[in-house]
Amino acid sequence: MSAWSEARRAARERGDYAPLVALIPYARFLGMRVEPHEQRPRLRLPFRDSLVGNPRLPAWHGGVTAAFMENTALLHLLLQLDAQRMPKSIDFAIDYLLSGRPEDLYADCEITRLGSRVAQTQIRCWQSDPARPIAIARAHFLLSASE
Amino acid sequence: MSDPDFIDALRERYLALSPHMAECGMQVGALSADAAVLILPWREDWLGDSESGRINPGVITVLVDSAAGLAVLARVGQREPIATLDLRMDYLRPAFRGAAVHCRTSCFRLTQSIAFVRATVWQHDEEQPIASAQLVFMRSNAPRPGQAGAP
Repeated sequence: MSAWSEARRAARERGDYAPLVALIPYARFLGMRVEPHEQRPRLRLPFRDSLVGNPRLPAWHGGVTAAFMENTALLHLLLQLDAQRMPKSIDFAIDYLLSGRPEDLYADCEITRLGSRVAQTQIRCWQSDPARPIAIARAHFLLSASE
Repeated sequence: MSDPDFIDALRERYLALSPHMAECGMQVGALSADAAVLILPWREDWLGDSESGRINPGVITVLVDSAAGLAVLARVGQREPIATLDLRMDYLRPAFRGAAVHCRTSCFRLTQSIAFVRATVWQHDEEQPIASAQLVFMRSNAPRPGQAGAP
């Protein structure tokens, strides 16, 4: 069984998402975690000082917030689909709504459209209150041909 | 036009002031009021997928956002708080392991409140970009509506 199927099985059957995150070295570097929440996987990025962009406020580096959201979409696609390859990023657009305070980030992703080749996703990121997102984003991914 | 002393100070301090840019080991390349180049040296941590050796899109976005902020400050010509309002990336070609990633950004329009920025990202050849991006920043010290000098 491939590392991909193995990682998906660990996530789906045992709720162990670490092998899935490990498929993306950069997501592991950021420290991303997948946590089940109300029957849906939810992504969390624990705060740490080295992810700060502006130490005066202090605030998360806006690029890190974006990177977390892009990888939320990637992990969501890996979990939902049966791809044996990493989906390829086509584009990504983010609107920043609030400054990221020095607390954990959370995100979830919705696949708005799943075609045979392209997936359109919408991602939301928040901190203490899910009703007050700090950023919203959308991204297109090219899916690998079925094998 | 920016004061050359300010550009030198920006070159010295911009990366050190931001814990995350420092952690990533970014380096400032060419810098003027018209354009800024920021370089991200290669690290295995940037991989999106060990099997294919492709770089993760997220770390490219981190580089672009960092470089765009530098271009805005260089154009403004003084230290002031700025905040990214939006950012759009187009991933034109895959980026692969082993080579540094370069980003050239330019603030092509600056108003009292807003800065508009374009960015190009490449590894080996600037003419073969791996990504292009467009960003909008808010100048946080700009006068608010109702204050003298608005909008």
